[in-house]
Amino acid sequence: MGQRVGIVGVGQTHHRSRRKDVNGIELINEAVQRALEETGLTRDDIDAVVIGNMDHFEGINYVDMWSVEGAGAIMKPIMKVTTGGTTGSSVAISAYHHVASGLFDVVLAIGWEKNSESDTTGGIITCSDPIWDRDYYAGAIPSLAVEASAYMKAYGVTEKDAARVSVRDRKNALRNPFAHLRREVTVEEVLSSPMLSYPIKLLDICPRTDGAAAVVFASESVAPKLTRQPAWVNATSVSHSYTYFGDIDYTSISSLEIASKDAYQQAGITDPFRQIDVIELYQPYSFAGLKWIEALGLCEPGEAPQLVWDGVTDLEGELPINPSGGVLSTNCIGATALLRVGEAALQIMGKAGERQVDAKVAVATGFGGCYWSDVMILGKEPR
Amino acid sequence: MERVAIIGVGQTKYERQKTEDSFADLVYEATTKAMADAEITIEEIDNVVTISNDFWDGRTISSMAVMDAAGAANKNASTVEGDGTFGALYGLMRILSGSYRTTLVVAHSKSSMGSLPIITNSMFDPIYYRSVGLDGISSAGLQARRYMDKYLVTEEDCALVSIKNHHNAKANPYAQLATELTVEDVMSSRALAEPIKLWDASPISDGAAAIILACENRAKKSAKKPAWVKGVGYCADAYYLGDRDLAEMDALSTAAKKAYSMAGITEPFKEIDVVELYDAFSYQELMWMEGLGFCDRGKAAKLVQEGVTQRQGSLAVNPSGGVLSAHPVLTAGLARLAETALQLRGEAEERQVEGAKTALAHGMNGSCGQGHCVWVLSQ
Amino acid sequence: MSEKQELLVLKSKTTEMPYHWSVGREGAKFLQELRDNKKIFGMRCSKCGKVYVTPRRVCGPCFTPIKEWVELKAEGTLEAFSIVNYKFIDPNTGDIRPVPYTYGYIKLDGADSTLSHVVSITDSSKLRAGMRVKAVFNEERHGSLKDIKHFEPINGK
Repeated sequence: MGQRVGIVGVGQTHHRSRRKDVNGIELINEAVQRALEETGLTRDDIDAVVIGNMDHFEGINYVDMWSVEGAGAIMKPIMKVTTGGTTGSSVAISAYHHVASGLFDVVLAIGWEKNSESDTTGGIITCSDPIWDRDYYAGAIPSLAVEASAYMKAYGVTEKDAARVSVRDRKNALRNPFAHLRREVTVEEVLSSPMLSYPIKLLDICPRTDGAAAVVFASESVAPKLTRQPAWVNATSVSHSYTYFGDIDYTSISSLEIASKDAYQQAGITDPFRQIDVIELYQPYSFAGLKWIEALGLCEPGEAPQLVWDGVTDLEGELPINPSGGVLSTNCIGATALLRVGEAALQIMGKAGERQVDAKVAVATGFGGCYWSDVMILGKEPR
Repeated sequence: MERVAIIGVGQTKYERQKTEDSFADLVYEATTKAMADAEITIEEIDNVVTISNDFWDGRTISSMAVMDAAGAANKNASTVEGDGTFGALYGLMRILSGSYRTTLVVAHSKSSMGSLPIITNSMFDPIYYRSVGLDGISSAGLQARRYMDKYLVTEEDCALVSIKNHHNAKANPYAQLATELTVEDVMSSRALAEPIKLWDASPISDGAAAIILACENRAKKSAKKPAWVKGVGYCADAYYLGDRDLAEMDALSTAAKKAYSMAGITEPFKEIDVVELYDAFSYQELMWMEGLGFCDRGKAAKLVQEGVTQRQGSLAVNPSGGVLSAHPVLTAGLARLAETALQLRGEAEERQVEGAKTALAHGMNGSCGQGHCVWVLSQ
Repeated sequence: MSEKQELLVLKSKTTEMPYHWSVGREGAKFLQELRDNKKIFGMRCSKCGKVYVTPRRVCGPCFTPIKEWVELKAEGTLEAFSIVNYKFIDPNTGDIRPVPYTYGYIKLDGADSTLSHVVSITDSSKLRAGMRVKAVFNEERHGSLKDIKHFEPINGK
């Protein structure tokens, strides 16, 4: 039962703070056209579409129906998958199942967000329970800040350690023509940027971006005809557990531990640090670049700062993280997790341009909601 | 397509306003009912697909409220934002992909909570349509008018649908509006958006529904008779109302054709015994019957007049009372699937259609039936 | 045809999107106790023994209904906090929420999960994760979490 599935093409917009030249549907279409061009496909070749974004940002209900013109989905099967920040990866996983089910051979996964048209903070605040959390919840930043302070307290990690992560990702973005923020930063600049919610400063956190991504998934019979080296889906796993923000244990990101362990098992990975070649980590703020790689099992708790300072996760290092510049450089929320999958796929496909690293096994993660995590593993061989 | 079946169903009673229950409570009720029906434990549920919508719930990441209640705390889960039939389809794919043996699909709805005009107005494009003030009811009025003018269908024809369905609802313990009506009752009811009057429209409803899908191996061991999925199809038409002829249903016929072809059905009217379709408004039952290929264009009214679509007729349509009798948004499509599964098992009690062997469940997404999803199931 | 390309932006007016959320049976009891008796209750799962302070009908990990109510002390430990420093529109009121304010997670004595609320102090030198805090109730209470005005440090701790 089930076909094996590979990613054969990725299209994305040039991400910006504000795309005044396009409306939402056109923004989606830009990414879709590029994905089609990449794979030499036409709209007619797409069997089905899956799309995701966060409704309240743009204030549009039933986005799957609204976007059909831009998504190339008129008179096609289309559905909307949305799970908050993890939307993009949930969409990717959904596209995987669409093809693996045998119902379709070529499926287009689309993620997008026009953050400039939204009240992002207000939109995020309404993810909190209206009765139990909403009066005090102030959006993602303070709840992430809480995790950061707990981590700093437990292991003596410093703001400077976190700043090194921002430096890495913002430098990588220079090699990614699509990234939103393409200016390097220094540790000093990060440390002196405005404090938003201790210990998170402006340069520790992701931007708000207008952007879209489209990723083409194909069945094993079709994929090799569409690209020389498909990025085969070797594992998918999610952990979407908590309901209230007060339930979360901030000392560990258990959802990422659980999802990654499950994914590693599916993909036959027993030694993550050695067997993974590149990671596109959904890292909305700098401290996550330390704490969450421990959750991924790359090193022991508290050891991540050393790994990062040693340059192990830099582009030229043993295990590059976020060669695309990551979420710190581009954050069009509905697309962000899909971009992690897309960028990881480009690495396997050998189409990552100047940000290419040598990669046989790539991991893409998604994060969102109540500390939820998604993990997808891509490889050069199907499993 | 490998064989997959519905092995458990659960529904809450649909009511105008359920104040004792939060979203999570409704989901828990539907989930545990479906599990009890399937005689399955939570450990045996491999993965979960929840169905909800941020606008209807007043909450970004609406799925966050119900993950625990859907038993998803330690499982792989995802969320479809759209009608229940689409969510169930994703649940089906997750089994067909070989990843999971069983999927719980659960939808909830508390349409009583928010402002319907604003929520449905938000479906319309902010640049070109929203300021006109279109909403769910006025847009349906447009479509009804167009359909009725083009195919010479009268308001009285539509009234017969309302009468039949509200009468059928009397046999359905979950339905909200069960009552006997006359043509005069319907015709004299308050005008909402011409030609749609109060009794032509579905009510505001709260409720939840859940189904459990299982792969063949597991379904064969099921406590109840499995309702096998024979064919599925879904399709969306153009978005802007002016881009298509609202009286036509290319998306529905495309979806139906796909489902029929998979199920090996060549004469839907003859081969299908019971239909649960998404009649958010009385005119829609007539339109969707035609789009599903049960009769020629404009001829559905005649079938209704002749009593063919009554519960005892040769093609029972909405023996549950349909969406006209209970409209928990998003949940309603999943309820259609639950009802057809019960029919095929012979467990639909007083609303049972005699000898139901093959059934069709239909759900709808977007405004004026832009998107449709069709399921064919059999014993 | 106009020669110059103008990029237009359509600004919507502000719309209220009202919702009437049902608190549900468990939540209603919790809030009633808050309003009428200035008491905070938790709910204990009979299977895993965990005491949740945000009331709910089902324990997620155990997937069993929770029936037991446990009265908690109106004081506990400030597990984590963050001082919110940026202005934003409060979706509940439509107005800018006053900043700075300290957003905290408080583990009340007897509970296993934390309650998210505000702490009265915004001076980071006076705040510490692990410090003891107690609930201060409003004189007028209406049956919402705001019936607790804030949490403040217990003297000298």
